[in-house]
Amino acid sequence: MKQQNPTSSEAQQDVNAPKLTCTSETTLKPDGMLELYRYLKLTRLVEERLVNLYRQTKVVGGVFRSLGQEATAVGSAYALKPEDFVTPLIRDLGAVLVKGIRPREIFAQYMAKAWGPSGGRDLNIHFGDMSKGFVGPISHLGDMIPVMTGVLLAARMQKKDLVALAYIGDGGMSTGAFHEGLNFAAVQRLPLIIMAEYNYYAYSTPTSKQTAVKDLAEKAAGYGIPGHIVDGNDIIACYEVTRRAAEYARDGGGAVLIEAKTYRRKGHAEHDDQRYVPPEEIEWWEKNNDPVDRYENYLTEKKISTRERLEEITTDINRELDEDVAWAESSPMPEAEQAAYGVFDNNTVPPAFRPKVLKR
Amino acid sequence: MSTTLKKEHRSNRPARGGLATFVEAIRQGIWEEMERDASVFCIGEDVGVYGGAFKVTDGLLDEFGEDRVIDTPISEAAIVGAACGAALMGMRPVAEFQFIDFISAGFDMLTNYAAKCRYRWGANIAAVFRGPCGSGVHAGPFHSVNAESFFLNTAGLKIVEPSTAYDAKGLIKAAIRDPDPVIFFEHKKLYRLPRLREELPEDDYIVEIGKARIMREGRDLSIITFGAQVLTALDAAEELEKEGLDVEVIDLRTLSPLDKTTILNSVKKTSKVLVLHEASRTGGIGGEIAAIIAEEAFEWLDAPVVRVASIDTPVPYSPPLEEYYLPQVKDVLDAARKLARY
Repeated sequence: MKQQNPTSSEAQQDVNAPKLTCTSETTLKPDGMLELYRYLKLTRLVEERLVNLYRQTKVVGGVFRSLGQEATAVGSAYALKPEDFVTPLIRDLGAVLVKGIRPREIFAQYMAKAWGPSGGRDLNIHFGDMSKGFVGPISHLGDMIPVMTGVLLAARMQKKDLVALAYIGDGGMSTGAFHEGLNFAAVQRLPLIIMAEYNYYAYSTPTSKQTAVKDLAEKAAGYGIPGHIVDGNDIIACYEVTRRAAEYARDGGGAVLIEAKTYRRKGHAEHDDQRYVPPEEIEWWEKNNDPVDRYENYLTEKKISTRERLEEITTDINRELDEDVAWAESSPMPEAEQAAYGVFDNNTVPPAFRPKVLKR
Repeated sequence: MSTTLKKEHRSNRPARGGLATFVEAIRQGIWEEMERDASVFCIGEDVGVYGGAFKVTDGLLDEFGEDRVIDTPISEAAIVGAACGAALMGMRPVAEFQFIDFISAGFDMLTNYAAKCRYRWGANIAAVFRGPCGSGVHAGPFHSVNAESFFLNTAGLKIVEPSTAYDAKGLIKAAIRDPDPVIFFEHKKLYRLPRLREELPEDDYIVEIGKARIMREGRDLSIITFGAQVLTALDAAEELEKEGLDVEVIDLRTLSPLDKTTILNSVKKTSKVLVLHEASRTGGIGGEIAAIIAEEAFEWLDAPVVRVASIDTPVPYSPPLEEYYLPQVKDVLDAARKLARY
């Protein structure tokens, strides 16, 4: 299971290496492999649409890309059962899509529209849908680890057989909440899978300034749980390692930490000029280790699909995205007074309307 | 755990009603709610085997088992976060802070996660976050705080603090049944105070969140307070009565959302208001209450609203220091006499 990606300094020496594909061993059937491809490509294309909308100033806040690391989220989430829960980070849009959230919801949310899942109250993928096993994140990294621990405690009390997958990054693992949550889950032997995405940067801060360990997986030992390292740009490997982790967790083994070695090719958000990254580093990953390219190479080399078939899938996705963007654009903005509703159950506590001052 | 052992422990079940202390009233309330609703569970440090540092959860583990009475690591963020996650799944957690001072270690989870979930995506967090608060027991800077002001400026958290055994039981039950997150402060000085022992009804009852209670009716002056300071106010009122001053004492019981109607009605009746609380003066809830009165009942006032509170220091340990820190009956008497003469 141990695979090592080239580090950024090693990266440039590998320019003439043969084209990377994916792990060949998989339990996936061809249909599954193509569905997996669809989600991978969908993730990339949804983000490209978001960038377009951002450039047209239709997105109110920032746009956060997972360019170059989509395989980690898509491959791991695809390994879960429908009843299982995920909580993504901002760069795990792919996991949200795999859980059945429609692109139109994402577009409307980014555009702060009334039809968005939070009705314009929160940004990007900061929402959730418990019926689909999607627990949305908040900006405070690490906070979702204790929350997912609670989801699993509840599931145990409710005699539900499910696992939870929580994403975290090399930056988020520095938080106290991450530690408290994972420690508690480990003590309780809850089936929590941590997908730790090593993508080299937390905003501008390199991993070497987040942690003194070489591999994030080493931290698993501190919790008394197994740790695995996977090539995060190999979607098949991400799928397989998560599938096995889920089996282990579901069978009572308890929590598991998986470290996915990947690379963030864009800045923290669209505004970020990445001045802290050597340009050739990004270029190397784009040319040699793009997760979509790798999976396409795999599918075609293994004769699972032809390039034409993959093109058809892409065309089909684009048709769906045209519709979804149009739907989101047609949504009104929320009515201003909606700001006052829903802090509490409004049957118990009235909405927080702006009070009339000196009403006499 | 063997069944025989479990049977022996059944004697731990609190009475249904009857003569009860403040702490016993809360224990009754939690116990009854856990019996009534399988989704109610307790989580916190030492709440299981030990029954909680103040024995609020005593006996629950043997009765309800370790799935529903969960001893946690020393991890307040994990306790709050896990309560939130369980609430998202439809459970009704009762999370304990061993001392409310440690709520600061769960502050982020409370203010950013619990408080905002419903507003952000319609997912309500029906959870209770409870623990012993308050000074006056010589417990020093880290076991004495009154934390209500930390949370008053966060939309989405209800804040409750009872002052009688009856209210403690009725409010903890209401908090457990509430659809939103409730922070439930229990003044530790009240837990076993003989003065607060009272006969509780046998029947199931709740005390509605958001309603203050008039502890003593009066015409000359209102003291608006809550928690252990209700006793200070009642003692002062009795003393003032001898001097011919008829003092009304309001126990807020719920600090968020505030019962403005009861506050304003009292102001309109007495026209003189003293706000009394145990947290430090600056930034305390007294300022908020004074502002509400100034904005909405200015014409009825015959004097400035006066605040009596603790001084602006951490809570000191040594008895003489702590006595100086806390508002005393004599401070209330002083302020009330001046108000009466104003």
